[in-house]
Order: sequence, then C-alpha cells, then structure tokens
Amino acid sequence: MARVERFLPSEEAADLLELVGDLADNELAPQVAGFEERAEFPREVLRTLGRAGLLGLPYPVEYGGGGQPYEVYLQVLEELARRWLAVAEAVSVHTLSAFPTYAFGTDEQKKRHLPDMLGGELLGAYCLSEPQGGSDAASLTTKATRDGDTYTITGTKAWITHARVADFYNVFCRTGGPGPKGISCVLVDAGTPGLEPQVAERTMGLRSSPVAQVVLDGVRVPAERLVGPEGGGFTIAMSALDSGRLGIAACAVGLAQAALDHASEYAKGRTQFGKPIIEHQGLGFLLADMATQVSAARALTLAAARLRDAGRPFGIEAAKAKLFATDTAMRVTTDAVQVLGGYGYVSEYPVERFMREAKVLQIVEGTNQIQRMVIARSLSRE
Amino acid sequence: MKIVVLVKQVPDSGAERSLRADDNTVDRATANNVINEMDEYAIEEALRLKEAHGGEVVILTMGPDKATDSIRKALSMGPDAAVHVVDDALHGSCAIATSKVLAAALAQQNADLIIAGAESTDGRVQVLPHMLAERLGIAALTGARKLTVDGSTLTVERQTDEGYEVVTASTPAVVSVWDTINDPRYPSFKGIMAAKKKPVQTLSLADLGVAASEVGLDGATSAVLEHGKRPPRTGGNTVEDSGDGGVKLVEFLATEKFV
Ligand SMILES: Cc1cc2nc3c(=O)[nH]c(=O)nc-3n(C[C@H](O)[C@H](O)[C@H](O)COP(=O)(O)OP(=O)(O)OC[C@H]3O[C@@H](n4cnc5c(N)ncnc54)[C@H](O)[C@@H]3O)c2cc1C
Repeated sequence: MARVERFLPSEEAADLLELVGDLADNELAPQVAGFEERAEFPREVLRTLGRAGLLGLPYPVEYGGGGQPYEVYLQVLEELARRWLAVAEAVSVHTLSAFPTYAFGTDEQKKRHLPDMLGGELLGAYCLSEPQGGSDAASLTTKATRDGDTYTITGTKAWITHARVADFYNVFCRTGGPGPKGISCVLVDAGTPGLEPQVAERTMGLRSSPVAQVVLDGVRVPAERLVGPEGGGFTIAMSALDSGRLGIAACAVGLAQAALDHASEYAKGRTQFGKPIIEHQGLGFLLADMATQVSAARALTLAAARLRDAGRPFGIEAAKAKLFATDTAMRVTTDAVQVLGGYGYVSEYPVERFMREAKVLQIVEGTNQIQRMVIARSLSRE
Repeated sequence: MKIVVLVKQVPDSGAERSLRADDNTVDRATANNVINEMDEYAIEEALRLKEAHGGEVVILTMGPDKATDSIRKALSMGPDAAVHVVDDALHGSCAIATSKVLAAALAQQNADLIIAGAESTDGRVQVLPHMLAERLGIAALTGARKLTVDGSTLTVERQTDEGYEVVTASTPAVVSVWDTINDPRYPSFKGIMAAKKKPVQTLSLADLGVAASEVGLDGATSAVLEHGKRPPRTGGNTVEDSGDGGVKLVEFLATEKFV
C-alpha cells in the first residue's frame, strides 16, 4: 500500500500510526470483504482496537484516554478507513458518544463513566435523529418527564449507529417546551427495560455497521444520568457534532485514499492500446485530479483539527472539511470505478463498494446541504 | 517467577535480504530490521505465565545499537525490563560464541525460566537454546507447542514431524517455542508509551568477562567463505496430461520427497 507522507507532531504519534498500520493491515484488510458481504458487525475487531487503546484516543490520559490531539486521532481514523470504513466509523461514533460526558458531565460523572467508556471494552451510541426529523434535529419529539429522581423517556430514535451492539446510548430528548431550549441529554445503559433497538436497516453500503431505530418505551433512568443542564441538550448535540464532523471528514479522506490506491495500482497493471492505461493522458490526468483532491481534503481536515487542538473556534472549518472531504470521497470513488472500467462495476474489486460507502458520508452528522447552510450563515454573520 | 526471553533483531524475512560483500555477514544496514518472528511467541508465552503466576519478564538481546528499536518494541508488548549486550567486537559471532555471551548474561539474571524462539529467521540453526542449557547446566525443553508450569515443574508438548512428545523438567530451564504455541498480542498505545520509560541495561563484553578474541569474526568456529545470488528460477516441468497426468504428478512429488 502506498505510503502517505505524514507530518506528525510527536514521536509517540509516529509510533501510534505505525501500530495502527500493523493492526489495519493484519486485522482489518483481510476481513473487510467478508463482513461487508455478510452484513455482520465485527465486534471482536473493535475489541482488538480497544485493547490497543484506540477507542479513546482524543481524551485525557487521567480518564483512560490516549491524550492525543485531534490532528493525530484523525490520521488514525483515516488509516482505519483506508482498510475498512465501517470500523473507522465505529471508532468515530464511539468517540463522539463519550464526548457529552467528557465535555459537559460533572466531575463525578466523568470519574464514574469515562474510564469505562474509554477503556476499550464498551461501545457507545449517539441518538439524535428521529424518523420525522433528521436535519431539523431541534424538532425532536422523544419525551422525558421527571418524576422525583427519575426520568421516564418515551419516543423513537432513527438511524442509530451501534443500535443493539452499543453498551450505552446518549439520548437527546425533550424535557421542556418546543425548540432547541427544551432538549436535554440523558445517558442510558443498554439493557435498561423499555430500550428496544429494532431490526437493522438494509443499507446501500457500510453494511457491517448496524443502523436501526431505537424505541424507548417508558425507559426509566435515574436523574443523575442527565448530562449537562436540563435544556442544554441541543448545545451538547451540536458541540459533539462539531468534533464528530471532523471524524467523518477523516473517514472520507481514508476512503478516498483507498479508492485512489486501488485505481492507480490497477491503472499501472492494465494494458490497452499497447501500454498501461495510466500512460494514456486522459486517464493519467483523471488519477492526478483524484490524488490532488485527496490531498486537499486531508489538508483541510487537519487544518480544522489543528484549530481545535489550539483551543480556537473550529466549528465552521469542521463543516467545510466535512463537506469537502465527503464530496471528494464521492467523486474520487466514482472516478475509481471509471478507472477500472467493467471491473470497477463488479464486486470482485472493492471499488464499487467504496462508491456505495462514500454516499453515506454525505448524509450523516449533518447532510452536506446542512453543512453549506452552516457555512453560509457564518458568512452572513461576518 | 522470573522469566528471561531471548529476543533477536533480524532482517525482515518478508523483504529482500542480502549478505555484505566485505565479510559475508548479514547486511543489517540496508535491511528492514524487525523482532525475529518466533521470539514474539516467546514473549507472549512469558507474559501469559506472568499474568497467571506473577513475577517478572526481562528481555535479553545481543545485537548492535540499532537493536534498541526491537527491544523497545518487545517492551511495548508488556515485559518489565531489558538487557542489551552490545559491543563492536561481537560483529560476526558464530552460534557457539553467541551462546557464550548470552550464557554469561543469563548467569547474572537468576531466571527461573528462559524462553526463546525455536529458530531465528536469519540463521535458522536452531541450536542456541540447547547450547545455552548446556553452558548453564540446566534442562532444555525445545520446540514447544505448549508449555505448562506447575510450581517448579515445567511440562512441554514438544512438536515433532509425527506429532508431539511430552517432556518435563524442573526449573530453572530453557524452553524454546514454535509459532503454534499462542497468538502474540499487539502492543497497546499505552504499552508503547510505557516502554519508553522501562529500564534497559546495556552490557559490554568486559561487563560479562568475555574476551573479545573469543567472539566476533575472528573467534568464530564457522565462517562463510563466499556467497552469491540465488540463481533465477528455471522454467519448471510441464506435465502433459494424456490420461496419466495424475500419476506423473505424484511421481514428480515423490522424487522431490513431498509424498
Ligand atoms: C448509515 C447512517 C447512520 C446514521 N447514524 C446516526 C446516528 O448514529 N445517530 C443519529 O442521531 N443519526 C444518525 N443518522 C442519521 C443522519 O444524521 C440523518 O439521516 C441526517 O441528519 C439527515 O436526516 P434525514 O435522513 O431525516 O433527512 P432530512 O432531514 O429529511 O433531509 C432530506 C433532504 O433534505 C435536505 N434538507 C433538509 N433540510 C434542509 C435545509 N434547511 N436546506 C436545504 N436542504 C435541506 C437534506 O440535505 C436532505 O438532502 C445516520 C444515518 C445513516 C444513513
């Protein structure tokens, strides 16, 4: 596999990426095709990553995290996505799921929950979307009513990654009036009576990642499981997504890199009209454009990450990175199919899968229309 | 229980390897140097024993300065400390001289158990564990596919071409292991970080009381006189199948001693 030249901030980051490369080559690459074909969730693979310490990289060491800046964590995600998008996405969603507790939890909550969340054995889910409201998340209707020391939650969440396999769920629910100010975030353990993940959706790609509705039918949770203030849930959700979008952007860069790797390898080996097709300028230039787009997407993503690491506002840059990297992934994977010709269209080669997988990245954690809306609004505010 | 694991740095057997033109020794400068594969199984076995019985795991390596990389990597899997025997005079040492040096280092360790890989992918002579046991006057249980420890009794399933033999001995002893014995773990990120802080003791020949004349190319009991590139593959045999193809294939395999 072609080496991506990386500028890493520390020797430990270089060691980490070497470990990730080994794991990805030996544990991910050989298994991805089978698991995607069977639409089976690779729980064991995630345990292996957890033991290696990859399920809490951007959180402080004192809570069991890896103490890594986003700049490094995202490059880890990228290398995972280059071999198996669903696994990288699982790591990203899990990391997102620990965010509300880390950024908005009380000291008590952090001490109590984070070591488990980041320890590598557990997986988290993030439940914001509902059947009637995805983009317009502030209109969510799942209701939580407080009775003494208990919240009772009722409603239906949709499109929940890790439904059924997650150990804990961040549930965004309405504790007050309509609009964003009436929303709260509550942490619910898997297995709590009334929390019922439904049958997994049959998806176009990313099939080894389970996505399903989660029905909450009178789920009773102690009030101490409220994360952040009552009514603060929407702020938490949006703040988590700012970081989550960087994760999705990194996944997109890794997927696009994988498509580029396969397409250029193929183009060197395939001969038409007496020479390798990469030497026909029409195709060589297509590959050159793909390579340039991938590098640009990586640079934009890491630039946003470095802002975050420096403690600067980064939300708008994260939206741009998510938009650009996922649109790039869509274009580059589509072009990769073109480079392989008929062979690109059949499942013996992974590029048709890459193309199916790229699509979802333009939809999750805010569709690319929503990213544009966020960016445009920021321009009108300036 | 104190366990010493022998770890050798070797050129990656999956990549192109070569010998040096000047003295016919392994060219380490141009190679991608890695932990000898079988030694990872030895490390894993030691770590499992420590997890089950408590104690300490120490890595012992003889090799040039650059072997530090492999020592850190070995430590990142979980051992507690390492000893690195490094001395310019060691360059080109034969197996007998190597065993002398390692035995001297082991004599300082008072280990209950010494675990080694059954062979190294560069030398492939498979004699070092036996030589060490002989020099230290302790038992050698070699070629293990399974190792159990019960108090001071070691029981090994010794892998053979036909099956396995059960061999027992009491500690201290040398055990060498094949890659059938376990599934080595990956280092963890925390393990990598922790490895940077673990103690690595470096020892010279003088520290071990071994004279430079006894080791290295000059002290070697065997020598590589010349070497050449492997000849390119020839065309091979084509078996024409006129009804008797199967028989011809079997006859060919028999002449090559495959069946
Ligand atoms: C595989 C997968 C995994 C997912 N995982 C999770 C998860 O773990 N947790 C979670 O909470 N959600 C998850 N989602 C849900 C995802 O975030 C939503 O699908 C997404 O936010 C879009 O919502 P929607 O599907 O309701 O589409 P809608 O919001 O109905 O949008 C439909 C179309 O209208 C466009 N649109 C909507 N509003 C506007 C506007 N104001 N201006 C312009 N265009 C607009 C959208 O861009 C889109 O093209 C997942 C989805 C998928 C497919």
